[in-house]
Amino acid sequence: MEETRDSGVGAATVVQMPGAVVLQLHGNIDRTATDALTTAYERGVAEQSGDGGRARVVLDFTDADYINSSGIAIVVSVLARARGEGRAVAATGLTEHYRHIFDITRLSDFMEVCPDLDTAVGSSIGSY
Amino acid sequence: MPQIAMRVARLVRRDSASRPSPPDSTGTGVGEVPTVSGGDPGTPEGLNGHVPATGDEGAQRAPGDSRVSLDIDIAPNDPIVRYFQEAPGAVELSTLRLFTSPALDAMRAAGVVLAVPLVVTGELIGLVLLGPRLSERAYSVDDRRLLDSLASYAAPALRMGQLAEEQKAEALRRERIEQELLVAQLIQQQFLPKSLPDLPGWALTAFYRPARTVGGDFYDCIELPGGRAMIVVGDVTDKGVPAALVMASTHSLLRAAAPRLRSPGATLAQVNDMLCGDIPAHMFVTCFALVLDPMNGRIEFANAGHDLPYLRTATGVVELRATGMPLGLMPGMVYEEATVQLNAGEQILLHSDGLAEAHDESRQMFGFPRVAELAGRPARGEELIDLCLSELERFSGAGHEQEDDITLVTVECTKSEAPNSEGDTLQELARFEVPSEEGNERLAMAKVASAVADIEMTQDRLERLKTAVAETTMNAIEHGNEGRAEVPVELTVLRGPSTIVVTVTDSGGARAAPAIAETPDLTAKLAGLQRPRGWGLFLIEHMVDHVEDTTEGERHTVRLTVHLQAADSTRDYGGSDGRDA
Repeated sequence: MEETRDSGVGAATVVQMPGAVVLQLHGNIDRTATDALTTAYERGVAEQSGDGGRARVVLDFTDADYINSSGIAIVVSVLARARGEGRAVAATGLTEHYRHIFDITRLSDFMEVCPDLDTAVGSSIGSY
Repeated sequence: MPQIAMRVARLVRRDSASRPSPPDSTGTGVGEVPTVSGGDPGTPEGLNGHVPATGDEGAQRAPGDSRVSLDIDIAPNDPIVRYFQEAPGAVELSTLRLFTSPALDAMRAAGVVLAVPLVVTGELIGLVLLGPRLSERAYSVDDRRLLDSLASYAAPALRMGQLAEEQKAEALRRERIEQELLVAQLIQQQFLPKSLPDLPGWALTAFYRPARTVGGDFYDCIELPGGRAMIVVGDVTDKGVPAALVMASTHSLLRAAAPRLRSPGATLAQVNDMLCGDIPAHMFVTCFALVLDPMNGRIEFANAGHDLPYLRTATGVVELRATGMPLGLMPGMVYEEATVQLNAGEQILLHSDGLAEAHDESRQMFGFPRVAELAGRPARGEELIDLCLSELERFSGAGHEQEDDITLVTVECTKSEAPNSEGDTLQELARFEVPSEEGNERLAMAKVASAVADIEMTQDRLERLKTAVAETTMNAIEHGNEGRAEVPVELTVLRGPSTIVVTVTDSGGARAAPAIAETPDLTAKLAGLQRPRGWGLFLIEHMVDHVEDTTEGERHTVRLTVHLQAADSTRDYGGSDGRDA
């Protein structure tokens, strides 16, 4: 656990799980979260490189307070990178409102939106 | 002049038929007449000339009865046609020395020496062609008499057979046409909307009746983000299945382009470009497109060569005029856009040429002035459509077959008061400013949330309003006020009888008003073809029931409206709204 901040500025914590890199997102997922999320993704994936580089990436929004259009853009960037590396991406911890936004932006067509973290990590049905 | 292929000659060869048949022993047909000299089908004397000769039938028959059939094309303008028609009987080709005729040359080359014309009512319908007699003697007077007599029986019989064949072919052709019409109708019906959307304060009605031959008319109403709707009426030149197929593609292209581009002119331009590559050369599509903002009665329209719609106003009928070429003729066309404001009680009549260009028995046209006059009568929706149809029937006469598809669409502003009058009844719940600093959109969002805290609305609606307020404020801070902290963004929260209205004002003037953004395409973004950003306007339009932009001098205001009740809106969770957008 590292890099957690309380100020509302977007932050991301990396949690390694078997076969999955979980990026726990905190605070406001807006432009302030850009660096945190990008760095967390790179580090998390690098640490998993022992398994052949195919670990899935789980974005956990449980502790995210607010996601705006800039946040959506960051998620799109992460998704594009993961897809380029052949990794499946899943999301969890979204409120009904943000699930709706993931639906209308079609993000949910490209990443599995799961009701809880266990499903997101354990799900072997790739949505890549 | 096209060459009409007449299969005219079937030469008969018999090995042993060297004797002339006595006239009284015949009557059994061509096979009994004197014959061409013998030989194998492959090596007949004189029969392998320039004319295609087939030995197919002969090959299947007994060796003693082998035949050769040959095809000779006789052009309708070949002088020999006229000669044969007027000949009193069998003609020896060797006597036609002064003749220049390709058919004659071909017959001679094939070894034909005698031709017996088969003539019915002065028309040459066939020939019996004969080669030299095996005995090498000339055809006798008896032979010729026999042949003439044979021809007089054979000609009417052959004609009967030809007529029967023609009739069968005609029946088949008719059946195929009927089948095609059915297919065209099915395609057409498939693409016409089953129902029109319910726009509060507006009445839309549509009528479509195909001609028996099915033209390519279509109409549609496409819901756009931000609560607006695009209404289109179009007409594909040509009829039947080809027109129906082009209509189907045009319909799909419009449906795909409209929610992305939102503007009628840009939509027509894109559909035109896409259609140009695929449409058959002789076809094109006329199309009128209007975008209605049901909240303020503003209508933007563009026209691709379609008949002009008529607007009935308090002071008379006006044409909705905008210039543009029909779709599918040339790529890169630009479509002029015009706007018109509809007030309560005003009504637009969109129509296809099936009405204005209908004819009466004396070939008089129904005409545009008549349509305009009808559009100006105080009839509403269905009444107006019924009026048009009954006037057309009176004009063209009962039982007159409709020449072309008829499509009529009415758009009526039914609000009992002026569309903007809700402003009078709006109650201000809050008014505040936030400095133009990044992140202050969350402050605006929180203040709006507390201003509406006592108002009964679902959590979904509140969340969506908050997201829209945050995104709009963000745009105002970043683009409108360019992050100058000292220039505030002003917000008001207003309550109407059934709506919440939030206005967000910046000082960016018209330049801050974003050009209508294309719907962000996630697939393109993931493929690196679009920037990952660009979701702001998309979110705003999908979060609230209505978005409106106004600019007065430096002040640029975005007005967000949400209905308190889901019943007032077509947007709610569970639907796939936005996925099609």
